[in-house]
Amino acid sequence: MSTGTTNKSIFSRLDGVTLFLYIALVFIGMISVFSVEYRASDPSIFMMSKSHMRQFIWLCISLFVGLIIVLTDSKPFSAFAYLSYTFGIFLLIITIFAGVDVKGSHSWLGVGSIRFQPGEVCKIFTSLAISKFLSSPETNFHTLKHRLIGAALALGPAVLIILQKETGLALVYFCFFLVMYREGLPNTVLIIGFSSIILTLATLLVDRWILFGVITLIAAVMGYLIRFHLKRDMTVRILLIGTWGICILFSQVLVPFAFKHVLQKHQIERIYTTLGQEVPEAYQNVTDKNAPKKKGNVSDYNVWQSKIAIGSGGFWGKGFLNGTSTKNEFVPEQNTDFIFCAIGEQFGFVGSAVLIGIYLWLMLRILYLAERQRSAFSRIYGYCVASILFFHFAINISMTIGLAPVIGITLPLISYGGSSLLSFSILIFIMLRLDADRSVMIR
Amino acid sequence: MSFAANPRQFVIKFIFIGIAAVILTRLFFLQNFEDKYKIMANDIAIYRKVVYPPRGVIYDRKGKVMLYNQVVYDLMVTPKDVNKNLDTAQLCNVLGIDIPAFEKMLDKIRIKNGPMRKGALIEELTPAQTARFQENMYMFPGFELTERFIRTYPNTSGAHLLGYIGEVSPDMLKRDRYASYVQGDYVGLQGLENQYEEVLRGQRGVHFLERDNFNRPRDPYKRGTLDTPAVAGRPLQLYLDAALQEYGEKLMANKIGSVVAIDPKTGGILAMVSAPSYDPNLLRGKDRTRNFAKLYRDAALPLLNHATQATYQPGSAMKPMTGLVALDVGAITPSFGYPCSGGYYACGKRIGCTHSGGGHAANLRLALANSCNSYFVHIFRLTIDSKKFGGVKNGVEVWHKYCWDFGFGHPTGVDIPFEKGGLLPDTNTYNKMYNGSWNSCTMLFVGMGQGEIALTPMQLANAMCIIANKGYYYTPHFVKSIGNNPKDTLLNPYLQRHNVTHIPDTTFNIIAQGMQDVVDHGTGTVAKLDGIDICAKTGTVENKAVVNGQAMKMQNHSVFVAFAPRQDPKIAIAVIVENAGYGATWAGPVASLMMEKYLKDSISSKRKYLEEKMYNANLISKYTYIIDSARRLKDQLRMQRKAELKRIEDSTTHAQDSIMITRWLRRTYLSKKNK
Repeated sequence: MSTGTTNKSIFSRLDGVTLFLYIALVFIGMISVFSVEYRASDPSIFMMSKSHMRQFIWLCISLFVGLIIVLTDSKPFSAFAYLSYTFGIFLLIITIFAGVDVKGSHSWLGVGSIRFQPGEVCKIFTSLAISKFLSSPETNFHTLKHRLIGAALALGPAVLIILQKETGLALVYFCFFLVMYREGLPNTVLIIGFSSIILTLATLLVDRWILFGVITLIAAVMGYLIRFHLKRDMTVRILLIGTWGICILFSQVLVPFAFKHVLQKHQIERIYTTLGQEVPEAYQNVTDKNAPKKKGNVSDYNVWQSKIAIGSGGFWGKGFLNGTSTKNEFVPEQNTDFIFCAIGEQFGFVGSAVLIGIYLWLMLRILYLAERQRSAFSRIYGYCVASILFFHFAINISMTIGLAPVIGITLPLISYGGSSLLSFSILIFIMLRLDADRSVMIR
Repeated sequence: MSFAANPRQFVIKFIFIGIAAVILTRLFFLQNFEDKYKIMANDIAIYRKVVYPPRGVIYDRKGKVMLYNQVVYDLMVTPKDVNKNLDTAQLCNVLGIDIPAFEKMLDKIRIKNGPMRKGALIEELTPAQTARFQENMYMFPGFELTERFIRTYPNTSGAHLLGYIGEVSPDMLKRDRYASYVQGDYVGLQGLENQYEEVLRGQRGVHFLERDNFNRPRDPYKRGTLDTPAVAGRPLQLYLDAALQEYGEKLMANKIGSVVAIDPKTGGILAMVSAPSYDPNLLRGKDRTRNFAKLYRDAALPLLNHATQATYQPGSAMKPMTGLVALDVGAITPSFGYPCSGGYYACGKRIGCTHSGGGHAANLRLALANSCNSYFVHIFRLTIDSKKFGGVKNGVEVWHKYCWDFGFGHPTGVDIPFEKGGLLPDTNTYNKMYNGSWNSCTMLFVGMGQGEIALTPMQLANAMCIIANKGYYYTPHFVKSIGNNPKDTLLNPYLQRHNVTHIPDTTFNIIAQGMQDVVDHGTGTVAKLDGIDICAKTGTVENKAVVNGQAMKMQNHSVFVAFAPRQDPKIAIAVIVENAGYGATWAGPVASLMMEKYLKDSISSKRKYLEEKMYNANLISKYTYIIDSARRLKDQLRMQRKAELKRIEDSTTHAQDSIMITRWLRRTYLSKKNK
């Protein structure tokens, strides 16, 4: 088994389905970017000043890099994992000091006229490092120490990216907890994670005294149901009271504190916009008392225009190049963060469903590839790729339809942008390369 | 970690599929069940551009253009595209304006439209400016010319009948007729421009364009498949003789009054002069408001159409009609005579007559030729007191019916708007005035066209048509054909022949004979033309006005009505010159010269002196300005009083409101406190 497959050509060993889905997404992306900037008066479709042509060049570069990855050996990925991670961290630190300001964030590095976001590229390095760490025989992921190291590997870049004021991108690094969950993080982590999200939402939506009552009531009912355990077992008593106490502390103190002193004004606005509510007075003027009161809020406008664009698409869509909202600059960040509007408007529900289907297929396919790996490194890396894709996909589309706050992250392989396209291409091509060598143990 | 028996990979797959399902569900509802997004997307992104077609052209009867559209250029600027190092001095030099003014205008545009949108920097460039700018346009990016049509009157005559266009007013928008207009649209406000608005404006086209976030129009929406093209306005051809109209205006220069000339066989108006007139080109384009204010303030009221909106007592010009009615009801016979000795004393008070003795009223023909007041007052009394009607009130009703049929007392229905109906008394009028106790002596002046009767020159001319046609007329009108179709449905009311009464031709012949005598050897010999039988009647109308707070007898209005030739009438004419004197002195020559011009195409050399006299006469009364300023003062006082009353009313309402609010506040406040 180990020698039989390696004799065949490397190209025939690549997973055709993944490659096909990759090409399909990139193609859809090109079409969308083209449609957004299309004007009836354009003399030719090959205009270098237009985004789609630049995207095409980036696609060529990506495919070229992909080819190199496929033609090289699969072992260096494991071997240089930590080194590349260090390099990535180094880039991020440099960016904090030498970064270029683009639209309020400080996360871009400029080399000549080309700009790229180290935060995007660093996802690859972090994936490799986490795969390397979790797969190494010395690691015992059941110990707290190694779990903390794993968490630090994932969150280190996130902290640096937050320092660059690109909170959205930093959030993506939380996706590695899905990978770690797969590799043995206890179920409770997932449950606590979900619970705290629900509790946060409840805190924002429900009056604090009612919430206090509800939590206490739940605790009391729970206590009544397990009253026999309570009598017998001291730990159960402590657990129940402790959980209740933490919930109260979280909802009554921590969330208001975070809203008043940690989060920035636009972030609070975005969160409340998503919930469909006005920002309460208590949080409104805390961050900047001197700032003039703006009528309406900006993130509201983005989501509103985006919803108009997608909603007006209807079932079949308005047809290619007939998107009146997306073509005419109504949606800000049209061809990057809000590219999904172009698909929703022009191809309607059918097009959107097909796109979501392709994404889901790609993610599940990568999970399938991951699970068939012999080496743990390849498997974990596969989970990293799928998780990153999933986070980008879920958050980006959710924010365009008002299900999530507006967080500036791209739609993988579709959004216009060199760094994004290149880094996702590298991520996927490394996975393809590793999969081609799945019979080989990689350490 | 082994491949098998790891439930966590399924948990992760479940999360992936679950989130995708949530997103898909949301999209399903967003895209299939919420129409509001579709409506809003169209609202924000579709720009409905109305394309205005050129208005219809107006021609006179000989095909001469009276009103057309001239191309003018506006200088447009898009502030964002203006070059940073624009050579302002050069641009100003090209346009011939000074730099500070230019910069001020540019700033204004920038503030008004923002940097992205195009705005008009200078409207209506002169041809010289246009030519110079076009040559140098390449040097000034961001500036461009757009062409536009404005209405132009090549002849500068016919201001009152052609009318003018202007922006539609908020009041007009409330009316059904202007339901399809929006603020800022141009619409005919006066004259034919108003009356035939629906014909002249054509059909507006609508182009749907996509617009962007900055409201700039972009590509056509749905590739232009929903667009409707603009259809140009249809042309109008008039009966009007442009040369005659111009001649009439020249004759009436420096006079107040009007001339109406009608072709009796069709009712087509050959000329309609209202003096004083103005150059209609003053009321077009950018100077319209300023010129309008100036004309509006003019004491001689150039904006008033004296032919249809001013009413006059007809004076002796009424006499043919009085004679006709008297004959027809059988009150007199043509040979009836009245022994006038220079006055009429039957009602106790003397009514003067210019002639005395000599049998100048021995029969109807003579009385008409000599314009004997006594005779017509007497036959008028005989008419309304006629025994067969049984009482003066019934007599007046019969007389009123006759006059109504002649077109008096109501607008004739001419095809220009805002026509006045004049005044025609009936029994009610006198019942109100004299509390029911009156007789034929009370209203005897009406028989000679004075007193409680007032006609527009249009009505007078129309009455002449009836006599010329021996009993029928067509409603006077200007338009001969719409878009080369003389039977357009809009013209239906003017193609209908109105038979006035059943007065026999012989009766008309007697009156016509009398009117011919007026010209041949009566009061109107000035109108005599070689080889043409002209029937006419002079009129000299006494009138009074309030000057400096006192009623004052003003110079008589000069009236002249006529038609010619008698056997085959081609023109009927009514002329009124205000405060001029005898009818034969001023109105007569105007009518006569215009008939000669129309019938013979030129003025014979021996009548040139008459033309000369009319050109040079300035008959605008010196009191005009005093009367006008008094009237305006009165208007002003009335307005002031109105405003005062309104202010009092407002303050009362305001006080009441505030009392009610206080009461309401107190109640709610107290009730809250009680809680």
